[in-house]
Amino acid sequence: MTTSNISWGGRSAVWGRIAGRELSTVAITFFGLLLVTFLIARVIPIDPVLAVVGDNAKADVYDAARAALGLDKPLWQQFATYVGKVFTGDLGKSVLTSNLVTDDIKRVFPATLELATLGTLIGVALGVPLGVLAAVYQGRWPDQLARLIGLFGYSVPVFWFGLMGLLLFYAKLGWVAGPGRISVAYQDFVDPITGVLVIDAALQGEWEAFRDAWSHLILPAAVLGLLSVAYISRMARSFMITELQQQYVIAARVKGMSEFRVIWRHALRNAFVPLITVIALSYAQLLEGSVLTETIFAWPGLGRYITNSLLNADMNAVLGGTLVVGAVFIGVNLLSDILGRLVDPRTR
Amino acid sequence: MRALTTPTEQPLLELDNLRVNFHTPTGIVRAVRGLSFTLGRERLGIVGESGSGKSMTGRAILDLIPYPGEVLADRLVYRGQDLLTMDKRTRRKLRGRHISMVMQDPKFSLNPVQTVGEQIAEAYRVHHKASVREARERSLVMLEAVQIREPGRVYELYPHEVSGGMGQRVMIAMMLIAEPDILIADEPTSALDVTVQLQILKILDDLVTERGMGLIFISHDLHLVQSFCDRVIVMYGGKAMETLPAAELADEAARSQRHPYTLGLLGCLPDLDHPKAKLATLTRDPAWLA
Amino acid sequence: MTTWTDYLTTDSPSSRRQARLGQLYRQWLAFKRNPLAVAGLVIVVALLLIAAFAPLIAPHNPLAQNLDKRLLPPSAVNFFGTDSLGRDIFSRIVYGARVTLVIVLLVVITVGPVGLLIGATSGYLGGWVDRLLMRITDVFLAFPRLVLALAFVAALGPGLENAVIAIAITAWPPYARVARAETLIIRQQDYIAAVRLQGASQWRIVWKHVVPLCLPSLIVRTTLDMAGIILTAAGLGFLGLGAQPPIPEWGAMISAGREQIFDQWWVATFPGLAICVVALGFNLLGDGLRDVMDQR
Repeated sequence: MTTSNISWGGRSAVWGRIAGRELSTVAITFFGLLLVTFLIARVIPIDPVLAVVGDNAKADVYDAARAALGLDKPLWQQFATYVGKVFTGDLGKSVLTSNLVTDDIKRVFPATLELATLGTLIGVALGVPLGVLAAVYQGRWPDQLARLIGLFGYSVPVFWFGLMGLLLFYAKLGWVAGPGRISVAYQDFVDPITGVLVIDAALQGEWEAFRDAWSHLILPAAVLGLLSVAYISRMARSFMITELQQQYVIAARVKGMSEFRVIWRHALRNAFVPLITVIALSYAQLLEGSVLTETIFAWPGLGRYITNSLLNADMNAVLGGTLVVGAVFIGVNLLSDILGRLVDPRTR
Repeated sequence: MRALTTPTEQPLLELDNLRVNFHTPTGIVRAVRGLSFTLGRERLGIVGESGSGKSMTGRAILDLIPYPGEVLADRLVYRGQDLLTMDKRTRRKLRGRHISMVMQDPKFSLNPVQTVGEQIAEAYRVHHKASVREARERSLVMLEAVQIREPGRVYELYPHEVSGGMGQRVMIAMMLIAEPDILIADEPTSALDVTVQLQILKILDDLVTERGMGLIFISHDLHLVQSFCDRVIVMYGGKAMETLPAAELADEAARSQRHPYTLGLLGCLPDLDHPKAKLATLTRDPAWLA
Repeated sequence: MTTWTDYLTTDSPSSRRQARLGQLYRQWLAFKRNPLAVAGLVIVVALLLIAAFAPLIAPHNPLAQNLDKRLLPPSAVNFFGTDSLGRDIFSRIVYGARVTLVIVLLVVITVGPVGLLIGATSGYLGGWVDRLLMRITDVFLAFPRLVLALAFVAALGPGLENAVIAIAITAWPPYARVARAETLIIRQQDYIAAVRLQGASQWRIVWKHVVPLCLPSLIVRTTLDMAGIILTAAGLGFLGLGAQPPIPEWGAMISAGREQIFDQWWVATFPGLAICVVALGFNLLGDGLRDVMDQR
């Protein structure tokens, strides 16, 4: 009766090693992220000193301002200062809003989170079943349909798709509300608790405001959701094809289980382990997709904040926003890795 | 289930001219080409090289040939019930409950994200209306029957936490818990260490004898089949070369009556008592498949 | 005809070229059986032809403004209508094919070889070189592609060339990853060991044996990536950071039609359809090629 039973001591040591490796990866990647944003800031053709002192400043004023900004120091020292500032939560001031970039981002981020979360939920709810059906009917019409939907999602420009959605569902059919996050009439009905409007409205029992916010939210979320459906369904299909070829699936059939249970209970439960990573990645990608979607839907989130700042050459805000999106990417990757390990009994 | 008054008279399984074809873009691949046999409450061995169609025969009986494949037969009858005309649903209900199968490698044939106990209990609950607790009790009894000493502990383990030998016991428990009449064992010990092979075979043999089941033992190992089975079918290229009592395989006197392919298989086995300088390689005659 | 087929499908080719051609022929047969893939090929070929013969196809000058004919709906004269400056949208889309093609080609020409070289070197040499190169790749992969491209364009200034540079900077890491993964597999193969035993140099092995074997999966990857490049370029154009007016770039055209979307729907709709169809063409083609060339 030999069982390959790993002792608890051994197990936590393994976990320690994994955690160590993950953390060092995260640290290095984040460091690279800082380096890239720092270098971008340095290659801008706009002279940051001139922005402070104006075009006609005398040489001594210019030099003083330059020293005050720390630009006379060697590059590595400037970088060290930059890193130090980022870690104390100082991303500089936005020229456009004249607020601290950190404060601005805190204000706009929940709106983006709301959008990306609902988009991902739509993506999972439609993408997983679609991918499973495609795998089960591999090579037949459900597979071709899923393939077409997936490829369409990969091929449609999200900003154009959003415009078409507005044209059809808002202007022509009137099923949903137009651009913006909530109608002016309900603007101040809801006190910010979580910052996520639909949740706040529901918590306060403001059901009319909730309906209004929901009707603003559903179209942009569905537009983002389609991107997510494309990605998730394709990955779900490929994972399911792998699982359906496994011996344990045949064993489940030998037991006399119905095909439905074989597919949705046995095979899908296994496919879900790698799917968690995919869903997390797709969540992160929706943050990116929101840059263009928010522009179309006048959605006051991080994406629109970045593009607005960009068009106004507000570099502190652009780089701050980029840094935050990059950090969220890294965080989500890490989280999905941990989650994947927890769900799989072999790595638990 | 009908009670059998004279179990020896009605065979468990009758197969006549079984064919398994796969329609591929490059043509039809014939995995099994006209196999016939009758199975009673006995241990029938099927031997052959890989690709001889022995595993496909097992799958065809269970209606588990995947999509581009088709199963044809003149007769395929389980205890008087015609499997060929039976609808898919009824056929599915026969699986596990009446005809079951133990597969080669427990490492791959157990679901990695479900505890082994759950998997056994599930096999019981597919066929019996039973509460979770009841199914658990039955599973624990079954685990004991396959000589697992701490069934309560093993029940909670995941497949990667059990050894190959224990995994195969679990597999046997899972496939026998619904008390089928026929068990197909498809290379049940070839993925295991030599040391545990005999234990597993012993457990399998005891259970099959005790319950009076019919066993189809699929293997590439002549020695094993010879010592373990009552009757042997030698397969090559999807066809039965010959069917003979297992005892006659070893019978030196009867050698001249054997099929040349069987002799070939016997000839390429090493023998400690009669060492040979060079083992023979198999020669195959296309005429056998005509 | 039959002799050609025989030559191509023989089981025992007599020369290396015959074997190679035979394989191509078999892949073509497999490709032809997939209608979606063939549709993709047709779209891509059509794009090339339209770009090449734009002056012959376009009925109007794409840049000619005519304020008397502003925002006309689609008609027999202006198939897709006119925009707010009275330019013919159909002609602009036809010429826009050239812009799209230029962007895609420039990005791929820069990114393909760079990614291939980094990936193959990293995978083949291993050790600290591998670790360093893959760390750098990871950093770039950690960025959302569009946001990074946005930041770069913001720094470099808007324009077609800068858009291409920004996209290229963000596009190489996946290529390096694919090439590295392929190399790791190939490196372990026995025939590479055989080549090494014959005394071939490291570079010769990488260039003559590893790189050619990476190519199929990289071609597939590139084709599938084309759609992504087109979409990113269109996104930059939409935000006014890509090709500058009056260049007929599809993304910028959608942006121009945004104001009139509810009243003159055609201004934004047709350029978007063009992007969709072309991106879909590349995706279908890449998908079909993957099925044929990349069995893993």
